[in-house]
Amino acid sequence: MKIKSTEIVDTFAEAFKMFGSRIIITAETKEWAMAAAQSITGFATSVIGCKCEAGIEKLINADESPDLRPGVSVLIFAMDAESLGKRLMERIGQCVMTCPSTACYNGLDEGTPVTVGGQLRYFGDGYQISKVLANKKLWRIPVMDGEFLIDDKFNVQESVGGGNLLILGKNQKATLRAASAATKAIRGLTDVILPFPNGVVRSGSKVGSRYKSLIASTNHPYCPTLRGAIEHSELDDGINSVLEIVIDGLSLASVETAMRIGITAAAKPGIKKISAGNYGGGLGQHHLHLHQLLASKDWSGEI
Amino acid sequence: MALKLNLHTQPDVPLEADCICPDRMQSLSKSEIEDLIIFHGNRQVPLKDFFECSGEFDGEIFIDGDLSKVKHIGAAMSFGKITINGSVGVHVGAAMSGGEIIIEGDVSDWLGPEMLGGKITVKGNAGHMVGSGYRGSTIGMQGGEIIVHGNVKNETGHVMRRGLIVVGGNTGDFTGVNMVAGTIIVLGEMGIRTGAGMKRGSIICQTKSELLPTFTRSCDYKPLFLQHYFKYLKSIGLAINDSLMNGSFERWCGDSVELNRGEILLYAGK
Repeated sequence: MKIKSTEIVDTFAEAFKMFGSRIIITAETKEWAMAAAQSITGFATSVIGCKCEAGIEKLINADESPDLRPGVSVLIFAMDAESLGKRLMERIGQCVMTCPSTACYNGLDEGTPVTVGGQLRYFGDGYQISKVLANKKLWRIPVMDGEFLIDDKFNVQESVGGGNLLILGKNQKATLRAASAATKAIRGLTDVILPFPNGVVRSGSKVGSRYKSLIASTNHPYCPTLRGAIEHSELDDGINSVLEIVIDGLSLASVETAMRIGITAAAKPGIKKISAGNYGGGLGQHHLHLHQLLASKDWSGEI
Repeated sequence: MALKLNLHTQPDVPLEADCICPDRMQSLSKSEIEDLIIFHGNRQVPLKDFFECSGEFDGEIFIDGDLSKVKHIGAAMSFGKITINGSVGVHVGAAMSGGEIIIEGDVSDWLGPEMLGGKITVKGNAGHMVGSGYRGSTIGMQGGEIIVHGNVKNETGHVMRRGLIVVGGNTGDFTGVNMVAGTIIVLGEMGIRTGAGMKRGSIICQTKSELLPTFTRSCDYKPLFLQHYFKYLKSIGLAINDSLMNGSFERWCGDSVELNRGEILLYAGK
């Protein structure tokens, strides 16, 4: 299968069951809301090293936000609900509560509730106040610029992590351009995030390592400098740069849509192939076959 | 089809009609409902002596007539809906734990005393002791919502512990007296001695008010949590102007004769 001059490899992305949560951060201005959002999504590229994966989903206009102030929605993913609850408490406590004028709300209507505000309230040292409105509990924690307002509970739901694309280009410039086009297109979607820097990862990994202490190591079959030095390089002659886009979403459908849009946007001159990373199919619960995604009747091919 | 009750005979003395409640009428036939016992003064009489019944109970009860001498409607109610097309007497929704009561007219004293949950909406005015505890009780309203579009009289939210009371008009004296927790919002003016003896809880008022000397001014600020309340009140039809939503409030803490953990928030303007 080809899109323009780019070959779409007949392979699949191996994605995993994760647990995800949407949090809504509001503030007096969108700049302060974004400052908190950037802080909470920092050091959250991969569960391998960061315990969670997070990214900014979208901006929220004041008239659509819970407290009528500008906001940002953030998605955070971890491998299980308990771990995600801990990450939410740590990150909201350190990155949102600390940011001037912010408030933080649960952004999922359904899912399993985990207590976040109900834990962070202890920072109030006994001066915290709870308010219950329409069966929803909020905590008011006194802070130096007034009060930090946070929902007592945040919902977490089964989600999908590790949807991915590998963009194989003739050089770094063309591959970066294609990856940027793909991330720009995917960022227009809701329910998904791209957890890596600017949505792109260059240090794709494989499971395991020759060093016993490492659970993951460089994806050497896709490293262009190793072609010729290893037995099973996945790179043809003329492929000199590979970039990966990792996609986490609140549903399988949202990850599938993001992959379709990403593939279509990335198929640009200078991109020889678009492939996907998998581990032979034995690890991930979801196999997202590139050809099937693009052949789906739900997909018009337009972005 | 919902059950309809029409008061056909005005009682000489108050009627105690706690049987007018979804919990008591559930699974009863029309004739059984008509034979439910009410108290006319100290005499037991069947409901049909004063009310004409029509329709069948399906969780909802409509009541017509001047019910200002009828007491205890919806007492201990846990589900369903009662709509009263007129004014009604004391103790409506006493100790109710769920469901909804809508009163199109005025209501007398002791509206929703010791209420546990559910919602009461009064389109007119209400009397004394809205959402209060009975005399001698240390805990009043423990949950739910009471929304009065008009004015109320004294001791609204007396010993209230949880829940929300909203008054679209004015309140009398001793609003939130001995309040333990919960939220009272007054969109008009409050009488004197607001929050006397309050331990915790929030009393919010759109107008300035003279407070007891045992309250201390904390600061002027924009309480963000109020956005949620005002947004909700707008959604149920109360008039909340934009300046209130965007303005600052004076925060007073008290009552220092008690825990001093209560707050009175008075609108301070832009």
